[in-house]
Amino acid sequence: MSDKSVDNSKRRFLVTLASATGGVAALGVATPFVMSMMPSARAKAAGAPVEVDLSKVEPGMLLAVEWRGKPVWVVNRSKEMLDLLTKHDARLTDPMCEVPQQPDYCKNVTRSIKPEYLIVVGICTHLGCSPNFRKEVGPADLGSDWPGGWLCPCHGSRFDLSARVFNGSPAPTNLVIPPHKYLSDTKVLIGVDQGAAA
Amino acid sequence: MEKLLNWVDERFPLTASYKAHLSEYFAPKNFNFWYYFGSLALMVLVIQIVSGIFLTMHYKPDALLAFASVEYIMRDVDFGWLIRYVHSTGASMFFVVVYLHMFRGLIYGSYRQPRELIWLFGVIIYLVLMGEAFMGYLLPWGQMSYWGAQVIVNLFSAVPFIGEDLSLWIRGDFVVSDATLNRFFAFHVIALPLVLVGLVVAHLVALHEVGSNNPDGVEIKKLKGADGHPLDGIPFHPYYTVKDILGVVVFLMVFAAIVFFAPEMGGYFLEANNFIPADSLKTPPHIAPVWYFTPYYAILRAIPPLFGSQFPGVAAMGVSVLIFFALPWLDRSPVKSIRYRGPKFKIALGLFLIAFIGLGILGVLPVSPLYTVLSRVFSVVYFAFFLLMPWYTKNDTFKPVPERVIFK
Repeated sequence: MSDKSVDNSKRRFLVTLASATGGVAALGVATPFVMSMMPSARAKAAGAPVEVDLSKVEPGMLLAVEWRGKPVWVVNRSKEMLDLLTKHDARLTDPMCEVPQQPDYCKNVTRSIKPEYLIVVGICTHLGCSPNFRKEVGPADLGSDWPGGWLCPCHGSRFDLSARVFNGSPAPTNLVIPPHKYLSDTKVLIGVDQGAAA
Repeated sequence: MEKLLNWVDERFPLTASYKAHLSEYFAPKNFNFWYYFGSLALMVLVIQIVSGIFLTMHYKPDALLAFASVEYIMRDVDFGWLIRYVHSTGASMFFVVVYLHMFRGLIYGSYRQPRELIWLFGVIIYLVLMGEAFMGYLLPWGQMSYWGAQVIVNLFSAVPFIGEDLSLWIRGDFVVSDATLNRFFAFHVIALPLVLVGLVVAHLVALHEVGSNNPDGVEIKKLKGADGHPLDGIPFHPYYTVKDILGVVVFLMVFAAIVFFAPEMGGYFLEANNFIPADSLKTPPHIAPVWYFTPYYAILRAIPPLFGSQFPGVAAMGVSVLIFFALPWLDRSPVKSIRYRGPKFKIALGLFLIAFIGLGILGVLPVSPLYTVLSRVFSVVYFAFFLLMPWYTKNDTFKPVPERVIFK
């Protein structure tokens, strides 16, 4: 075959076309492998809603339950604790909960449906450690103006009793309030939105 | 024997490869102490692969069994303790050797033209090594494994828009769990080691293509003798194989001393919290990564959340590692080696070294206001070393570079 008979532009076109087709096929083949790394059906099922009996939680007490493998705290806040919530707005990053870290029905000062019961995911919004419950008011190590709340052991983020973050913490936002709904006066279902179908 | 060799050589370039890479690979004759660490890194890689294979025979990558299977290796498997300590010590020593190897590149300008690709392959090796070490650290499934992985994977969720899905995809679950452990095992024992070996081959092929740099930063290929070999070159084998064997012997003495007398290295090679099984509901009071990640961890902590997002800190940490890629193009000095550079570069390098080590120390300490200020200062110095490099390497005073290497 002589060189003259070679149509180089046709050859280049065919090579480009074949490479592009092969590239698309490679993407298609990669898809199932990439998708296989997403949470499996079983992992999603383990993310099923959790039912909590509130009558076991006395005022001032914290109950930790597991939902989607994460700690979720159910806190029964006493009257005194609730009264303190509005006194330190100036020291909070987001006192009015403008950042959507909670369902709309919990966008209030208590960040809850019923004022006394706070239901919150116990994972720091900084880097995922689980903060410690420090409900005492004004302990020596946290300062006399500490109104009670949580202290993250990893990087020192501080949260009040509505799980709102204090200024100067490494955590950028308030803790997450999971979707939840009341089944009865003392039973709450964590993981399902109020009003939404289960 | 001769006939057999001929038979092979007609079918496979055995003698030719031996000559090209060992007996007739001409390396500069003035290599010094700093040139041990490349061959040592290769040896540590072999140690890790061999000890890792034997650990895999007894380890169970299952959240319910993993912690107990490591204890089983330590107590019930004959010499299991030794193999595991070799592997855990090897991980830390790998970084010791690699950091020294990289520092050699910095002082002698080994990343400069025409060796940019060697440097780039090297930085990729460093990145893969970090991934390999991080994933391996999850496998014992202790508290530090678990919460370390939780924190690091959460870094990805700070990426705007796709972050949450990205970290979900990495974990394969809503928190670090059995699914995460299983895939990290797969990456740690198969995927990343294969990539690592391939990259090491590329690193060496590129090195042997252009030839090694040396402490004087002089190109030995410029001056060749009548035999066509560089005047200042000596065959790698036997001269440097013998030298490297001496390095290996000394290194293995140190290595064995750590394995037998201080395998935990006071909590720096194996952290105390990792002897407690992973508990997804309780974070240990103080989380710190293993020592070789702490400089970057300190940079992460030094940067406060901006605009309600922790992404700036995460981005700074990422950039602090990736910026090494740019080094060949940031350095504008007419000379390669620190021997002929002026005071500006020496001061900059000294400050960088202080900042890097300082950040490494701060990264293991708990947060305090003073430490935060210090880590911010060090972070600025760290980045300034790279970003101001085009300026201070060009406007410096230089000593004349000799024609040939200096060799006493």
